[in-house]
Amino acid sequence: MTITQRTLGSTLLKVDNISLAFGGVKALTDISFEVKEHEILAIIGPNGAGKSSMLNVINGVYHPNNGSVTYKGVQRKQMRPHEAASQGIARTFQNIALFKGMSVLDNIMTGRTLKMKAGFLSQCLYFGRARDEEIEHRLKVEEIIDFLQIQSIRKTPVGRLPYGLQKRVELGRALAAEPELLLLDEPMAGMNIEEKEDMSRFVLDVNDEFGTTIVLIEHDMGVVMDLSDRVVVLDYGKKIGDGTPDEIRNNQEVIDAYLGVSH
Amino acid sequence: MSEVSIPRNREDTLPALLFKNAEVRGKKTAIREKDLGIWQSWTWSQVSTEVAYLACGLAAKGFSRGSNLAIIGDNRPRLYWSFAASQTLGGVPVPLYQDAIAEEMIYVFNDAEIEFAIVEDQEQVDKLLEIMPRCNKLKHIVYDDTRGMRHYDNPALISYDELRQLGQQYLTEHADFLSRELDQCRPDDISVILYTSGTTSKPKGVCLSHKACIDVASGDMSFDGYKDDGEILSYLPMAWVGDHLFSYAQSIVAGFTVNCPESSETVMIDMKEIAPTYYFAPPRVFENLLTTVTIRMEDASNLKKWLYRTFMAVARRSGSEIMDGKRAPMLDRVLYAIGNLFVFAPLRNNLGMSRIQCAYTGGAAIGPDLYRFYRSIGINLKQLYGQTETLAYVCKQPNGEARLDTVGSPMPGVDIKVADKGEILVKSPGLLKEYYKNPEATQESLTEDGYFRTGDAGFVDQDGHLKIIDRAKDVGALTDGTMFAPQFLENKLKFFPFIKEAVCFGDKRDNVTAFINIEMEAVGNWAERQGLGYSGYVDLAGKTEVYDLLADCIEQVNADLAAEDSLSGSQIKRFLILHKELDADDDELTRTRKVRRGFVAEKYGVLINALYDGSKDCFIETQVKFEDGRTGNIAATLAIRDLKTVAAPSALAA
Repeated sequence: MTITQRTLGSTLLKVDNISLAFGGVKALTDISFEVKEHEILAIIGPNGAGKSSMLNVINGVYHPNNGSVTYKGVQRKQMRPHEAASQGIARTFQNIALFKGMSVLDNIMTGRTLKMKAGFLSQCLYFGRARDEEIEHRLKVEEIIDFLQIQSIRKTPVGRLPYGLQKRVELGRALAAEPELLLLDEPMAGMNIEEKEDMSRFVLDVNDEFGTTIVLIEHDMGVVMDLSDRVVVLDYGKKIGDGTPDEIRNNQEVIDAYLGVSH
Repeated sequence: MSEVSIPRNREDTLPALLFKNAEVRGKKTAIREKDLGIWQSWTWSQVSTEVAYLACGLAAKGFSRGSNLAIIGDNRPRLYWSFAASQTLGGVPVPLYQDAIAEEMIYVFNDAEIEFAIVEDQEQVDKLLEIMPRCNKLKHIVYDDTRGMRHYDNPALISYDELRQLGQQYLTEHADFLSRELDQCRPDDISVILYTSGTTSKPKGVCLSHKACIDVASGDMSFDGYKDDGEILSYLPMAWVGDHLFSYAQSIVAGFTVNCPESSETVMIDMKEIAPTYYFAPPRVFENLLTTVTIRMEDASNLKKWLYRTFMAVARRSGSEIMDGKRAPMLDRVLYAIGNLFVFAPLRNNLGMSRIQCAYTGGAAIGPDLYRFYRSIGINLKQLYGQTETLAYVCKQPNGEARLDTVGSPMPGVDIKVADKGEILVKSPGLLKEYYKNPEATQESLTEDGYFRTGDAGFVDQDGHLKIIDRAKDVGALTDGTMFAPQFLENKLKFFPFIKEAVCFGDKRDNVTAFINIEMEAVGNWAERQGLGYSGYVDLAGKTEVYDLLADCIEQVNADLAAEDSLSGSQIKRFLILHKELDADDDELTRTRKVRRGFVAEKYGVLINALYDGSKDCFIETQVKFEDGRTGNIAATLAIRDLKTVAAPSALAA
């Protein structure tokens, strides 16, 4: 095949010595890693290792007790979720967080909220700039629907869709924000093999077509090893490994901690 | 966009008629495609401009008279234009089934010596790049959708847009090039090569001429009365003769509008939006639609259920007669009118059939309930009969003469004869010119006086309607001499919503046995209602309760058969439910989803032996091919069930 290798850019996100505790429970201890532009980075680890907490720190839901996050060269200690969103960080959730009663189209449209500039009144009346804007946003949403091949369920209420498709819609909503950094929290959890293959394809396509940098949490080792450029391994809130899939596969500490050690 | 007009001296080929449409109905919509949620339209003059650019683009790349152009993809305007573009240059379009796996394409590419291919997207490009080393003629691949194509740097690849641009430039440099090319096309030239799916052997390329296409299209037009204000939805594979005739040839000859759905999954939604005036679907599609309606009605409120049940009963009783303007009781007429208001019209609208003037089905037998259902709610569903070699132009049911058990009377210009063994012979204006580079096959398929051997057994009844029984070569006999027409039995079985596919055995055997494929959706739904848990297809297919359900269905068929003297001997004695669906990817079905009888018999020989040696179950392991070409194994132990048979009435009397 004549597919040229893609190149990684400079550092997009850097986390330094992040520590996070809930009361006495240390969720994260002294975690540091970097994400390069255009990279797919996987965070893996056993249950309770602090993976979702790490994502929550990156997009500003949790504020770390220590350490800092540097995003696009700007270091910050605290950032609220909407600030993270407006700077181009979008995410999906472990437990699907969509509006179940709304159509697929409307759900994805909500991902455009931050890009809507027209005032409330003109949006209600649907004229002038609001109208042009709506058409423009709808076009973008339709492109995403096309991209994710969900044309046939465009008008279906999300609550009626099977789980795998809901996951895809959630990815659609995250993409609607045209993110530079996409955080995916277990995008393939609970899916069958076919759905996983589809979702993997979409993750790779997003990365390739839009150049989006992706940080994902995933339990399926096959998926992780196939998709990611680099893997960070957490265990009990500590980083125990960081490297290419091959390096991780052969890292004794990771094998012991994550994949199980015989006693 | 500046529009191009191509002056020409003759108007007896398809591309010439297309350029003529640009002059006589230039502002009228020729084709629509739903893209990004919006229907995009092109007028006839825009279409002819696009075709001109594309033709010139192909010419600039070296495509010339006598070349064949492979076309692979879903129904897309640009692919339809590719047909016209290649024909304009005196080349021949060769559409291939878009779901064919790479391996199957190699044969056609080599047989037709294809140098140029126009394909829809990355999926097809990948297939062609895979087979390229084994198809040494293939030099140029044009792709329409650029998604995922950014990193491909194979020199054989060129995007449709680039080619179009090349064409635009070529046209300005060679102003009268197309006119000259067009005038060299003759009506007797081959206009298209359609490869038949080949139930028995390697695919054969059926060559059809411009004249055949135009004559058949005009014949259909006058028979059904379409004009250029018609709308059709093109959703069946472009490589299939029906789509080529309806969506391409007829659209050009009649000038009506073709609508391309957004994707294969959105056909139902798109159909509702377009509401076509003319519709063709194989029985399978009508069946799926009815299943959807039935399932949705089960979930409806009680009032709606009551309305549906009550008025459908009226419709079943008198609906078809009322539509045909025949005798029906006054009370039923009144009730039908009310039912039309509350049930039938909304239902037609939901099915996207509110504007249908006539709908056709063919290619396989249609179930009585199914046929009655559509006709009773006011859809003029009729049957037709034809094959690729006759350009689907042999018989059609005229309005008011629609009957379940016939396929209609011969079309204008068609002559039918019945040869020995009941084989139907046809002479039609749509007859093939030849099989591509296969004079032996051509000679075999035509009689000395120019009739085509259809291979179907049947007869013409007293009303002049043709009745088809089975494939002539499939009709066999049991050891006691009873006639055994497998397809006839299988069709009877397949009329049950629970049965997706059936394969009957019995030729030179003591009795008849059957393989059954369950219809996952219907049986799954039934199982849910029964509170029956299952983990998947294999599990469901093996359930005793499912066997009971199917045994009931087959015993009903046996009872039906017992009523007819000549068939009572071919009642089904034993059956089993297959653990996997018969699939075209595993070569068990043709691409048009007909069972490859011989292949199935060979592949599942163990099972057939078990059906006849009296065992209670049988172990089988089969290889399955996935869509991406990989293979896997499925193993299962299948139960075999004995069935009750009914004694024939004559035997009872004795």
